[in-house]
Amino acid sequence: MLRKENDNLEDIIKAENLTFEYYRRDEEGNVEGITTAVDNISLTVKKGDFVAVLGHNGSGKSTFAKHINALLYPTEGTLFVNGIDTTEEERLLEIRQSAGMVFQNPDNQIVCTLVDEEVAFGPENIGVPSEEIWERVEKSLKAVGMFEYRNASPNKLSGGQKQRVAIAGIVAMKPKCIVLDEPTAMLDPSGRKEVMKVLHELNKKEGVTIILITHYMDEVIDADKVFVIDGGKLVMQGTPHEIFSNVEQLKELRLDVPQVTELAFELKKAGVNLPDGILTHEEFIRALSRVVKSGGA
Amino acid sequence: MSIILDKVNYVYEIGSGFEKHALKDVSCVIEKGEFIGLIGHTGSGKSTLIQHLNGIIKATSGNIFFDGEYIYDKDYDMRKLRNKVGLVFQYPEHQLFETDIFKDVCFGPRNQGLPEKEVQLRAFQALRLVGLEENLYYQSPFDLSGGQKRRAAIAGVLAMKPDYLILDEPTAGLDPKGRDEILGHIRKLHDETGIAVILVSHSMEDVARYVDRIMVMNDGELIFDDKPRNVFAHYRELESVGLAAPDVTYIMNDLKRAGFAVDTDAITVEEARDNILKMLNGKG
Repeated sequence: MLRKENDNLEDIIKAENLTFEYYRRDEEGNVEGITTAVDNISLTVKKGDFVAVLGHNGSGKSTFAKHINALLYPTEGTLFVNGIDTTEEERLLEIRQSAGMVFQNPDNQIVCTLVDEEVAFGPENIGVPSEEIWERVEKSLKAVGMFEYRNASPNKLSGGQKQRVAIAGIVAMKPKCIVLDEPTAMLDPSGRKEVMKVLHELNKKEGVTIILITHYMDEVIDADKVFVIDGGKLVMQGTPHEIFSNVEQLKELRLDVPQVTELAFELKKAGVNLPDGILTHEEFIRALSRVVKSGGA
Repeated sequence: MSIILDKVNYVYEIGSGFEKHALKDVSCVIEKGEFIGLIGHTGSGKSTLIQHLNGIIKATSGNIFFDGEYIYDKDYDMRKLRNKVGLVFQYPEHQLFETDIFKDVCFGPRNQGLPEKEVQLRAFQALRLVGLEENLYYQSPFDLSGGQKRRAAIAGVLAMKPDYLILDEPTAGLDPKGRDEILGHIRKLHDETGIAVILVSHSMEDVARYVDRIMVMNDGELIFDDKPRNVFAHYRELESVGLAAPDVTYIMNDLKRAGFAVDTDAITVEEARDNILKMLNGKG
């Protein structure tokens, strides 16, 4: 079988007309119909980018994400991870090393009784020599700010700390890209902040490509690029500023905008002359200052 | 009609060397018909507290009274308490087990020993209260969306007709619209039936928008118990215990610092909008 090669190494992820279908079955196992969970998605993610993926529950965004880690394979189309077609079975290990995955519930991902063993689990499994494993464990735990907890039991940690340990476990495998499927959904506000800070640091300092799936709009503000998926299709893509300029369209897609964007949008509707897509407090204050200087609403 | 907690303490694993003082002298009164938000970082004691309210765990010391009766009295019928205080755990949809939604909702009232007609009537009422469409009643839970399944699970608790409904993070993992739908239905349910609601949440924005009173837990202590506006005015203290105020509260404070004549006590987008409009019109 001929394999397509993707030699544009600028792109860590490249989806070409990716479609994923599965059969719905009744209780007896008879096929009731076919669901198209991912519908002809083509997109690219550049190396080193911080990318956010939005979409309501059941939109197909998690199904798409599972392709990046070769947990699922396309029914039609192709997905390249770091230039490798994910259907190349003999390169599965290489693909999973290139793209690590972190899930919503930290308790479902942690298997060891000590934090450092947990982080060592991944590199051990991919055959990293043992001296190097402990080097990597130390470095990864430092990268997520959990080094001082290396001898702690994961079940004594807070949700945010557990999730950082789960991320360290992936970082220790030195992936080029980390896919996170709602990693903050179960965390309290400070846990969410911790995780987001770690992700941005990994992105900036280590150059790791981050693909963040989230339902929290404020986590999207600092992303380089946003993809919006609905009904398995890619319906919007752009910078956070471009995406969040479409308040009404996002709400139709069961999504939302950050509170500052919403406030500016509401004021604009009430006749205040503010630009679309305001994302930060500073932008908002600057825009409102201009309004006041030019003589009120 | 109320739940009264009087200096409730709870210590996990007494005498094991790993003792954890999970509740420290918690006292409060929860009246029938209230809508309360319970916030606190992971491990602050929220879950331990709510499990005391329907008698799943027993206080190490201190007293709890339900509708004037002492619940730790040896003659007290704990089943009565469990019927009156409904507890919806996190991810309740994982506990749906029947082949269709309607059967699942019938399970609770049937267990209460009610006649079959009453069981079915209550199931219908409960499903209507959570706003599930009738064509879904006889569907398998597998055919429902995450938000629909969660509402079905909440209906299962409502069918037992509790006077108090406690929900542990009912919006975790739902998309923004799904969050609004669930909370909107709970608010409506509260307003229409007068049921008391205690909402455990990590979303300050949601709490600000929907509840009338906020209780804040930290390290087993109840550190704030007040109207949302008053609680969020303490945003610095909230930050020091791993929480925050809604983003709009920070926006208003930033505006004030930048010299705008706004009030800093807005906790919802609507309040902030109205306050900024007032400021702008005052100038014009």
